[in-house]
Amino acid sequence: MIRVQNVTKTFGDFAALHGIDLEIKPGEFVALLGPSGSGKTTLLRIIAGLEFQDGGEVLFDGEDVSSRSVGERQVGFVFQQYALFKHMTVAENVAFGLSVRRKGRPAKADIRARAEELLRLVQLEGLGKRYPGQLSGGQRQRVALARALAIEPRLLLLDEPFGALDAKVRKDLRRWLRDLHESMGLTSIFVTHDQEEALELADRVVVMDHGRIEQVGTPEQVYMEPASPFVSNFVGETNQLPGGVHARPHDIELVGEGGTPVLVDNVFRRGGSWRVEGRIEGHDKVVEFDVDASQPAPKLGETVQIRPRRVREFSS
Amino acid sequence: MRRSTTESRALQVMLIGIALVFLAFFLLLPLIAVFGEALKAGIGPFLDAVSAPDALSAIKLTLLIAAISVPLNLVFGVVASWAITKFQFPGKSILISLIDLPFSVSPVVSGLMFVLLFGANGWFGPWLAEHDLKIIFAVPGIVLATVFITFPFVARELIPLMMEQGKDEEEAAISLGASGWQTFRHVTLPNIRWGLLYGVLLCNARAMGEFGAVSVVSGHIRGETNTMPLHVEILYNEYDFVGAFAVASLLAGLALVTLVAKTVLEWRFNLHGSASH
Repeated sequence: MIRVQNVTKTFGDFAALHGIDLEIKPGEFVALLGPSGSGKTTLLRIIAGLEFQDGGEVLFDGEDVSSRSVGERQVGFVFQQYALFKHMTVAENVAFGLSVRRKGRPAKADIRARAEELLRLVQLEGLGKRYPGQLSGGQRQRVALARALAIEPRLLLLDEPFGALDAKVRKDLRRWLRDLHESMGLTSIFVTHDQEEALELADRVVVMDHGRIEQVGTPEQVYMEPASPFVSNFVGETNQLPGGVHARPHDIELVGEGGTPVLVDNVFRRGGSWRVEGRIEGHDKVVEFDVDASQPAPKLGETVQIRPRRVREFSS
Repeated sequence: MRRSTTESRALQVMLIGIALVFLAFFLLLPLIAVFGEALKAGIGPFLDAVSAPDALSAIKLTLLIAAISVPLNLVFGVVASWAITKFQFPGKSILISLIDLPFSVSPVVSGLMFVLLFGANGWFGPWLAEHDLKIIFAVPGIVLATVFITFPFVARELIPLMMEQGKDEEEAAISLGASGWQTFRHVTLPNIRWGLLYGVLLCNARAMGEFGAVSVVSGHIRGETNTMPLHVEILYNEYDFVGAFAVASLLAGLALVTLVAKTVLEWRFNLHGSASH
C-alpha cells in the first residue's frame, strides 16, 4: 500500500503541488492524468524519491519513506526518454541494478542468466549484445522496462511511457504493458497527458490540474461522472451547453421538435456515425454531436433540433 | 543551381585565398622558422642545446609542473562541471563566471596576484618566512600560477557537454541502487570521456607553454625555477639562437602533437556522438 499524505511542493515561486492525498493499493494500475504543468510528473518523482516534498509524507506499507533516497525505496522508474546507458550493451543495461548491488550481489553467471530471462520477458531475446543506439523506440522502451524490473521493485513508476513512440507501436505496447502488469502482479503508476491512454490502461485514474487532484476514480466514473467542469472537458469530448450543462457528443440526439435549435456548420463521417458540428441559435456556442450513420446525415445550413440524453450540471 | 548562400566563384576563391595566406604567414612560416633556426647548425648543436644541464632541468621542471597541475585541474574541472550541471544551488552563475576568470585576466596580473599574496611583502609573506616556507620564486609558486591559468580548460569543455546530456541517466542509475561513486564511474565518466580527454589535452598544452604568469612568480633561477618557455627567453636574450630555437622547437613539437591528438579526438568524439542517436 502506497500512501501520499498532504504532500506539497514548490519550485521557487511556483507551487507545483498543493496538499496531495492519494492511496494506491497493491496490484493496482493507476494513471496520473493531467495537462502539462498539472504536477503529475512532480508527484511521480516524489513517490519515487527523485524529488523531495516540502511538506507531507509518503508511506510505503505504513512506513514513512520521506527521507529515503530513490535507491533505498526499491522502485522501478521508467524515464520518458528511457535514459538507457548508451555505452553499455542491452544486457549490461538490464543487469546494471544487480551488478551495482553492494550487499548480496548475485554471482556473475546468475546476473547474466537473470538479464537473459528479463530480455525474454520483454520479448527481446538475442538482442542482449546490441547497444541502445541500434534499437527502435519500442525496443528501447522495453529495455528500460526490463532494467527497472531487474531490481524486483515493489512499485513500478512510468513517466509518459508511450510519449516518444508512434501511434501503432504505442497501441501494441499499451496492451502488452497491461498484460505484463497483470501477470507479474505489479503495482504500477504511470503519468500521461493522453486521456485515451489513461482510460484504456488504468484501474483507477487520478485527474490532476494546477497541482491539485480534481478527481480519483475508475475510468468509467471519471468519464461518466466527471466531478468538475475541468474533468468533464479534459477527459473525453464535452459540449458546454447554456446554463453550466455539459453533455458528451454521443449523449446528444436529434429530435423532431421541441429541442434546442442548432444550425449545422459541418458534417463528416467518423466510424459508424456522422459527426455534426453546429451552433446553437441565439448563442455563439459550438456543439458537436453524433448521429448514427443508419440515419440520413443532416445537411449544411439546415437547422436541426437536439436534446441531450444525459447531462452533467456544474454550478458556475 | 544557385543556393541561398551562394557567393560568386571569385569571392569564394578570394576568401579561401586570404585564409590560406594568413595561415601561411602567421602559423606555418613561424613554425618552419623555429625548426629551421634550431637545425641551422646541424643536428649536433641542436642535440647539445637540448641536452645542456640547464635545458634538461627546464624540461624536467616543465614536466613536473604539468604532472601536478593537470591532474589537479582534471579533478577540479570534473567536480565543478558535475556540481554545475547536476545540481541547483544559489550562486551557481557566480561560480560559472569565476571559472572563466583566468581567461579574462592578463596572465601577468594573475602572477602578480600570487606575489601579492605569498611574496616577501605579501599578505602571507611574514607567516611563510617564519615557517621557512618558500612559494614565490620557487616551484610551489609556479604550480599555483599554472593551476590558476589552466583551470578553465577542463570545466569549459565539460559543462556544455554535461548540460546537454542532462541527468536522466544518473537518475536511472541511482534509482537502480547505484551509489554516487558507482554512478559517476559507470555512467557519467563513460559519457564524458572524450570531452574530458580533450579538455585535459588543452590544459596540458597550456600548462607546459604558459609564460606570463610563470615568469612573474618564478624568479628565473637557472637550473631551479626555469621552465621551458622561460629558458627559451633567457637563451634568446643571451644571443644563443640555436639553443633558444632548439628548446622552442620542443615546445612547438608538443603543440603539433596536441593538434594531431585533438583532431583525432574530435573525429572520434563526433563519430561517437552521432552513433548514439
